[in-house]
Amino acid sequence: MTDANGTNAKSMSLIVTKGTLDWAYPPFILATTAAAMGVKVSMFFTFYGLALLKKDLNLQISPLGKPDMEMPMMGMHMKMPNVVAAIPGVNSMATTMMKNLIAKKGVASIEDLREAAVDSEVQMLGCQMTLDLFEMKPDDMIDGVELAGAAAYMENALKSDINLFI
Amino acid sequence: MADVTLDAKGLNCPLPILKAKKAINDVASGGTLEVQATDPGSVADFEAFCRTTGNELMESKEEGGVYTYVIKKTG
Repeated sequence: MTDANGTNAKSMSLIVTKGTLDWAYPPFILATTAAAMGVKVSMFFTFYGLALLKKDLNLQISPLGKPDMEMPMMGMHMKMPNVVAAIPGVNSMATTMMKNLIAKKGVASIEDLREAAVDSEVQMLGCQMTLDLFEMKPDDMIDGVELAGAAAYMENALKSDINLFI
Repeated sequence: MADVTLDAKGLNCPLPILKAKKAINDVASGGTLEVQATDPGSVADFEAFCRTTGNELMESKEEGGVYTYVIKKTG
């Protein structure tokens, strides 16, 4: 339950490890919704997840190695064999299809959800080690990102009610 | 008639909840917010949102594919 200020004593931490268009959704949906419900949220972006903090997002999906990915197409559902998914250009085609679906179904863009997360004061922690490893620059990141390491995450996690690894 | 109304028709999870949270900030304590949505998942979500935030879900109905919620701000 929230108190009179609309704040909830509960807190949640998320480790975000994936930076594809599909896997960007669960962490941002949960973070924004939790914040709307008065939960204090901290997100730790590491490895491929760190790309979700770049100013310019260029998120893609790949049907390769995803037998569980079924895209609705002309009234049917299409699964793509790996031999087809490996052809150059298929990733960008699948990404375009997914973005069209997202817009058609009234699903928020990742850009919008990330902005909502920032607006609702979700803490954004970027992994310093990942930044060094992949030679990314702090200037490439959106404003408000704090760079930190595993100990900073642990401190958050130890006092959080919910800890998720996505 | 609610004090503030929000049209969230055509929007999918979690946008109706996020927009409702924003809209309820503009409602005075004791006032009401009416939300219209078309996402069937919003039925359970508005119940959970209200239970968790302590606001009162005064009304929840569906008519012709449009879900209407009336929330009383108690905080």
